[in-house]
Amino acid sequence: MRKLRVVIAKPGLDGHDRGAKVIARALRDAGMEVIYTGLRQTPEMIASAALQEDADCIGLSILSGAHNHIVPRLMELLKDKGLDDVLVVIGGIIPDVDIPKLKEMGVKGIFLPGTPMQEIIEFIQGNVRARV
Amino acid sequence: MSFSSVSCLKQRMRGDRMRVSCPAQTPLWRRADGYNALCMKTVAESGKARWQHETLEPALKKSPERATTFTTISGRPIDRLYTAEDVEGIDYDRDVNNPGVFPYTRGIHPTGYRGKLWTMRQFAGFGTPEDTNGRYKTLLKAGGTGLSVAFDLPTLMGRDPDHELSLGEVGKCGVSIMSLADMETLFDGIQLADITTSMTINSPAAMIFAMYLVVAEQQGADWKKISGTIQNDILKEFIAQKEYIFPPRPSMRLITDIFAFCADQVPKWNTISVSGYHIREAGATAVQELAFTLRDGLEYVQWGVDAGLDVDAFVPQISFFFNAHSDFFEEIAKYRAARKIWAEAMRDRFHARNERSWKLRFHSQTAGVSLTAQQPYNNVVRTALQALSAVLGGTNSLHTNSLDEALALPTAEAATLALRTQQIIAHESGVTNVVDPLGGSYFVEKLTKDMEDGALAYFRTIDAMGGMVDAIERGFPQQEIAESSYRFQQAFERKEKIMVGVNAFVQQDDPPLEILYIDESTSDTQLAKLEALRKTRDRERVTRSLDALRAAAGTTENLMPRILDAVRAYATVGEMCDALRDVWGEYEEVPII
Repeated sequence: MRKLRVVIAKPGLDGHDRGAKVIARALRDAGMEVIYTGLRQTPEMIASAALQEDADCIGLSILSGAHNHIVPRLMELLKDKGLDDVLVVIGGIIPDVDIPKLKEMGVKGIFLPGTPMQEIIEFIQGNVRARV
Repeated sequence: MSFSSVSCLKQRMRGDRMRVSCPAQTPLWRRADGYNALCMKTVAESGKARWQHETLEPALKKSPERATTFTTISGRPIDRLYTAEDVEGIDYDRDVNNPGVFPYTRGIHPTGYRGKLWTMRQFAGFGTPEDTNGRYKTLLKAGGTGLSVAFDLPTLMGRDPDHELSLGEVGKCGVSIMSLADMETLFDGIQLADITTSMTINSPAAMIFAMYLVVAEQQGADWKKISGTIQNDILKEFIAQKEYIFPPRPSMRLITDIFAFCADQVPKWNTISVSGYHIREAGATAVQELAFTLRDGLEYVQWGVDAGLDVDAFVPQISFFFNAHSDFFEEIAKYRAARKIWAEAMRDRFHARNERSWKLRFHSQTAGVSLTAQQPYNNVVRTALQALSAVLGGTNSLHTNSLDEALALPTAEAATLALRTQQIIAHESGVTNVVDPLGGSYFVEKLTKDMEDGALAYFRTIDAMGGMVDAIERGFPQQEIAESSYRFQQAFERKEKIMVGVNAFVQQDDPPLEILYIDESTSDTQLAKLEALRKTRDRERVTRSLDALRAAAGTTENLMPRILDAVRAYATVGEMCDALRDVWGEYEEVPII
């Protein structure tokens, strides 16, 4: 069985990448293939990375409050590219009121500050759809 | 507190007061005036070994300790007990000394906070300039003694709100400032001659500073008299916060241009706030924060000297900014060590002769990363303890975080409570009555020395790489921080490090907290203003000033006058940065995990 492939992306202008880097490393240590895009990715860049890397999961790290703009655009692009079966999860600072909207758009997991890495690893392992 | 027998002997021969007070004992603490402050019968004389054997071991047999090793939040092992034996090798006059005296370990002011309290400076900014102007007026009315501007991400990254990457970011993490017009609004009704303002701005620091200067000029304030701080610390952006625009070397040139311009025209302005805060937040240990920040400081001084400036002409306007993290004593030791390292480096490495160049002044902010979204009221307690450590470490200015900052930017109520926390420390706790109350503590002095040794070891590594710019280009500090950050995360997951309410003492169903929600109207307002500005300003003057800036970027002339011209023409932050991007390009990092 091939390893799970996860694209960790940091969209928007924010450069606070501690969380993205820690989770990238934790997923790698858990046996996944991790592609970290680096900073300042547009939704277009993230969707292309997911396509090129044949990703099973996209993990977004957003702390700046830009999620309401970035996520709808990304979900639309994934759909256009036929990637709507890719598991999308978000980690960062997301106000409670925004969570239902994001889930409705198809974001499966939203992990707020203080979430143990193990919980995120297990969530990805348990929710990723087997891709041919 | 060493006191080798020879120096002891000299003291005895010289210090008659000492002979009276304790004729036959080994002096533990030698003071500049020859008086031995700590002449008491101590554990050292009976011997730590004997104590361990006779007292400790039976006690441990009866009830073992909670863990086999105890470490600071940085992972530094801490002994169970510190005695005079641990401070052998520390010489009071040379290494500690009285406050206001080189190397300033105990503080830069002889009277500590008895003369003047620290500046209570609360970082604030959100939404439109109008929104933030209102918050500033509230903070000043509540007894805040300085302003501190938080800018939004487009401003920090030198992008106008209509740029693709500004999508969803306008006014979210701070105030949106596009041009001089916004700066005029931000300080409307606030006299810049009467306050000091700190501005957290780095890559576009020169542009934002120029806007502030023009507003001051419009108000009739004298540039020679106004004071404040621009963060202007690009090295820590490459290392930790990642809000860089241009590559390191042209970025450093902008900074030395500001040093030279201010030495001449705005002499009281603090031209740079060399920041460890963000380095720590990114996951560095206390020693790494100390080492990388001070080594950044040395790098700026070196570049200033290399640009032909006299050390004493610009170093007194360099200030620092540290994190006030959760490990109480480690933080205090960090601040004390910072003052000593800087004083010695300025005197001995750069041969500064002005005492003001030797004295490290610093702002501190409680640790954002320690705040939890869970049980947010716990954050008030965390912040109070962190603030107390900064005060006991001699901070010159302080920002206390608000309880809701793991969730959003603070509400006005939460920000006021954070300010009250400082006022309670200042006016109720009594800790401000005495200078450096922890000086002489075996533990604190030893930890101060350990912090210094750790930082100096990093200096040697970085010096060997050719300096901090070279070290950054190799990814050295970035790698060190990534390692520490991951190590901490693992310790947290194993519950070796506890965060109350997160991995211990968890409770379900936290009552929801009212938070500040920045809606999308800010973006619409700013976009409309930008469109109007582009129509009404003198377009030719804008183009001319931007062309001049672009042309100057390729030469070695000081860029500040060119930037001031462009600001006066109401060129936007994005336009000015683009002019420099055209010449210098943009920096792209190779991410290090």
